[in-house]
Amino acid sequence: MDDATSGAAGERLRKTIEIDSHAMNFGPQHPAAHGVLRLVLEMDGEMVARADPHIGLLHRGTEKLIEYKSYMQAVPYFDRLDYVSPMCEEQAFALAVEKLLGIEAPERGKWIRTLFAEITRILNHLLNITTYALDVGAITPSLWGFEEREKLLEFHEAASGARLHANYYRPGGVAKDLPAGLPDKIAAWAESFPKFIDDLEELLTGSRIWKQRLVDIGVVSAEDALAWGFSGPCLRASGVPWDLRRAQPYEMYHQVEFAVPVGRNGDCYDRYLVRVAEMRESVKIIQQCLARMQPGPVKVRDHKFAPPPRADMKHSMESLIHHFKLYTEGYHVPEGATYTVVESPKGEFGVYLVADGSNKPYRCKIRPTGFAHLQAIDMMARRHMLADAVAIIGSLDIVFGEIDR
Amino acid sequence: MPQAAETAPLSPIELLAREVASLPGVAGVAVEKGEIVAQAKRDVLMPLMLTLRDDPRFACEQMMDLCGVDWPERPERFDVVYNLLSVSRNHRIRVIVTTDETALVPSVCAIWPVATWWEREAWDLFGILFAGQPDHRRILTDYGFDGHPLRKDFPLTGYVEVRYDDERKSVVYEPVVLTQEFRSFDFQSPWEGITTLPGDEKAHATRTDGAVAKRTK
Repeated sequence: MDDATSGAAGERLRKTIEIDSHAMNFGPQHPAAHGVLRLVLEMDGEMVARADPHIGLLHRGTEKLIEYKSYMQAVPYFDRLDYVSPMCEEQAFALAVEKLLGIEAPERGKWIRTLFAEITRILNHLLNITTYALDVGAITPSLWGFEEREKLLEFHEAASGARLHANYYRPGGVAKDLPAGLPDKIAAWAESFPKFIDDLEELLTGSRIWKQRLVDIGVVSAEDALAWGFSGPCLRASGVPWDLRRAQPYEMYHQVEFAVPVGRNGDCYDRYLVRVAEMRESVKIIQQCLARMQPGPVKVRDHKFAPPPRADMKHSMESLIHHFKLYTEGYHVPEGATYTVVESPKGEFGVYLVADGSNKPYRCKIRPTGFAHLQAIDMMARRHMLADAVAIIGSLDIVFGEIDR
Repeated sequence: MPQAAETAPLSPIELLAREVASLPGVAGVAVEKGEIVAQAKRDVLMPLMLTLRDDPRFACEQMMDLCGVDWPERPERFDVVYNLLSVSRNHRIRVIVTTDETALVPSVCAIWPVATWWEREAWDLFGILFAGQPDHRRILTDYGFDGHPLRKDFPLTGYVEVRYDDERKSVVYEPVVLTQEFRSFDFQSPWEGITTLPGDEKAHATRTDGAVAKRTK
């Protein structure tokens, strides 16, 4: 392979490698591929010489479908992108539509959205860390983690009616207020959860096997991370202190206190540590949200954008018309375009929304987080062992719902 | 914020917009809803993007997103939209160039390696061509897919459907058969903006003719 080697020695070297190298299909049905990833690996013995991910096996044409739906009908599609952190995805779309409409959710609505964005973050990190541990051979963390996840999914269900595909956030607020007693349940859970993180860390952080599999694997420098479009925990693990919740605050993040954990080495182990530290910070944000939330409306009171209360429709003709118009025609969004982003658990999740003044988006480009991360796998996995490729995929936290759209 | 700055001193974002506007190759800059949008010329895109990345005034280390937008009625029907982010100076700049089905857009993958997949996606979904892109394969659609699905003239249902044929023991491609016609409901209110109801064109014409005749009298 070395071009500088001249003459017969170079020829001989090249021939030997050609015999040894072979292409290998990793996936699309592989338990450690975190979805339908077909990774074509060019192997040099047991070493990865080139990794070529083939994606699109879960492509459902979400962006095209949204162009044929009214703005409100488009919200559920966002749950189905990154199905591990549905509410953060809805949040990006809701914020984008609000920006174009020039409306703002009331304070309680914003607090609820912040609260559930953080619950979603913990849900996501729990799934990622524990299944990651499963990939590299530890079974217990996933058994423990999924029990915790189940508690959180019950909060999802109590608020929205659905465990996973919540469809809870709306342009202009949230669909409905929290049921009575839910804040107390969340508060009780938030008390007990740090203990669980301690237990989880006891299993993993100091474990010799875990460290041998993760430390110094898939190292990404800060410059590389920026050039390859990294965001979220993957960027922070490389030592770039960048968090959209802090740098470009949205919702209520300017009013809560939290730390932004930053790694130093940019390897798989740092990405894991950053996620663990982020869960602890999320618990703090959840507690602050619960403490500072005041009773009040949860969505805008302009019934051109949010449906009127059910009770009003029984005696007010205007409410009935509003309800009917909202659920057939929807609202018209004035012409314009916006690129609105949120810090989803995986990184920067953006929506580039172009409105043409009608009741349907003209173009809705979804900026998935994992798309950029997965692309860098060739750079990260090169000259690593095959087993390390699995560790790298796990540390990137990829979900194909959002990558393939 | 930007609206209030008509008489007051310029906000940081407007100052930045002014600096972007002074760059060569920028045809126009606007601040829309607090976001800087620059229209750029296609042939000088590369030096402009290099300046935006390397000039400390802009320092856009990251290209977060690249996407196409289709406007079929325009002579150059596609917009290519670049969303740049500077993490050191905490701002975003959106650069837009126009192109059509045959014109080449310079590839920025040498400036930001992340652009490779975004450009493949723009090619796949819109058919936008990039000059200097070393990996110009399709990315999201099926192997051997024909057409560019996010173009406005591509039907939502597509042209072919796929199923597994148990007799032939293989996946087969067949033309799409819809059991009922694709229904695209028109929910636009007849009370706003539309003066002629569907099916009422003739009556409307006589009505407007009559009105014109009355006015000329």
